[in-house]
Amino acid sequence: MNVMDTRKTSALLYLDGVHVSFDGFHAINNLSLALEPGEMRAIIGPNGAGKTTMMDIITGKTKPDEGVVLFDGITDLTRLDETRIAELGIGRKFQKPTVFESQSIEDNLLLALNVDHSVKGTLFWRGSKPEAERIERVLETIRLKDSRSKLAGSLSHGQKQWLEIGMLLAQDPKLLLVDEPVAGMTDVETHQTAELLKEINKDKTIMVVEHDMTFVRELGVKVTCLHEGTVLAEGTIDQVSQNDRVVEVYLGR
Amino acid sequence: MTPHVLTRSLDRSATVFLLIVAGLGVLIPLSNLLLPAGSMFQVPTYLVALFGKYVCYAILALSIDLIWGYCGILSLGHGAFFALGGYAMGMYLMRQIGSRGVYGNPILPDFMVFLNYPKLPWYWHGFDMFWFAALMVLVVPGLLAFCFGWLAFRSRVTGVYLSIITQAMTYALLLAFFRNDFGFGGNNGLTDFKDILGFNVQADGTRAALFILSCLALIIAFLICRAVVTSKLGKVLIAVRDAESRTRFLGYRVESYKLFVFTLSACMAGVAGALYVPQVGIINPGEFAPGNSIEAVIWVAVGGRGTLIGAALGAIVVNYAKTVFTSGPLAPYWLFMLGALFILVTLLLPKGIIGTFNAWYEPWSAKRANAESAAREDGVSEPNPAE
Repeated sequence: MNVMDTRKTSALLYLDGVHVSFDGFHAINNLSLALEPGEMRAIIGPNGAGKTTMMDIITGKTKPDEGVVLFDGITDLTRLDETRIAELGIGRKFQKPTVFESQSIEDNLLLALNVDHSVKGTLFWRGSKPEAERIERVLETIRLKDSRSKLAGSLSHGQKQWLEIGMLLAQDPKLLLVDEPVAGMTDVETHQTAELLKEINKDKTIMVVEHDMTFVRELGVKVTCLHEGTVLAEGTIDQVSQNDRVVEVYLGR
Repeated sequence: MTPHVLTRSLDRSATVFLLIVAGLGVLIPLSNLLLPAGSMFQVPTYLVALFGKYVCYAILALSIDLIWGYCGILSLGHGAFFALGGYAMGMYLMRQIGSRGVYGNPILPDFMVFLNYPKLPWYWHGFDMFWFAALMVLVVPGLLAFCFGWLAFRSRVTGVYLSIITQAMTYALLLAFFRNDFGFGGNNGLTDFKDILGFNVQADGTRAALFILSCLALIIAFLICRAVVTSKLGKVLIAVRDAESRTRFLGYRVESYKLFVFTLSACMAGVAGALYVPQVGIINPGEFAPGNSIEAVIWVAVGGRGTLIGAALGAIVVNYAKTVFTSGPLAPYWLFMLGALFILVTLLLPKGIIGTFNAWYEPWSAKRANAESAAREDGVSEPNPAE
């Protein structure tokens, strides 16, 4: 009862009436969206639909002009900065794979682990067995165990994508925002990535932005189509792809 | 904890570097003091002081490499922290002159008598005590760096903008210290030092001791830097250097890391300045000149950014070249040569001397180490193939 009073919504992530404009350009226009705990949601939409800007808003990189962004029903994300939001348990994989290129794969995962991130904590940090085991598990999941000491910069594009997903796993967030995870991947890798995300979805909430329709279909989850910064259609992939307005937006008038 | 940090920080090249510094730190003063003057192996006193100066520059270069090479903060005003440390030491040395000054005033330094100061300004109190001055050598640059960094890093000033405001900072201090009514001797700065802790600053023994202390300070500064960059914090610093916003999204408070390392670096630069002043015998506002700070960045670039050893080496090599060239017929062209050196290093050796050496040496030594460990593993796994 008490919990229901303080929580404004049961959704893990809740956006309502969000507006953002850059120099008069309305990147996000009255965007409303809710993600239930444990859900996986695919976000599609043509270029410039505001997919990445939406992720910037959720992770604190961009502040919305107006609107509500709530995490876990209680936390107002618009008031927090990137670090604090990451600490709350929102992890993000970027559109362009962003790993620490001059450091080893193992060190990339070590940096991502959600342990003490304070200056003092890292200065006097000493490895522990549970940490090493977690890194080991992630390395196994992303199939980079044999190249653990290789520099992240020497990986192929697809492997970097996986390493970044691995960093998300090491971060162990409640909500994963995954921006174009299969860009530049072969069909086999795309299929493996879909399997991996489904596996992760067993205990995490995921929002995945992707252009690749085969991949979205393979995920088999609820799809939201964005256009000009607002939700155009929502439903299963078949419902959305048969929606007249979606077809119009994708193919042009 | 201690052995863990030491084994982590001391790889082979770090050990070799420390042994060389320690060796020179002992041999040069010994040869100066024990061998007869004029002997082939005797290092004359003026050279001991000159080498001491180089060692102080090497500490300054280390402090720059720590923030630039590992955290990507390009400070073009680090000479300010060096000069502030120098002024703190200079103030102690001025107070030590006492009534031996030209005007014979037991309390007021000569320039204050000359400028009709009625009494000692409040900020000069305490500098008659060495421990207080030594503390200020760390506190003044550290505090300035902390305040400056707190404002700059929190507002996310990065890259070239940060470099420009560090230049502005040192330039502002240059102008302030030039003023006679600022209370630090104006244009002439602080000089005519007599003794330090009761020892004559001109004496051979004192010079040798200062040289040994400078080498010791270089060793300690190097060990601190190594301990920092080989810790997990060092990995975070490199992450900030390579992908700052990514690091934020992982939940690191980037500004705290920058502030920590910037303040630590400023304290190191202050110590370098404090050791420099008694060896050169003067500190004046010229030390705040923006050109000095830029020159120090060139030392690091020449030696190899992000290698620590390279920074120290670069400082010594470039300053030795400066000494050689500015004392010969090429003196008027030194600045052109320095500029050419910077351009050539950027074009031909972008990783600097040590960085280029490492790039050439490491694959070779790694191959050898791999072969060795493979051989060893074969030996181990044979008796127990089940494992």
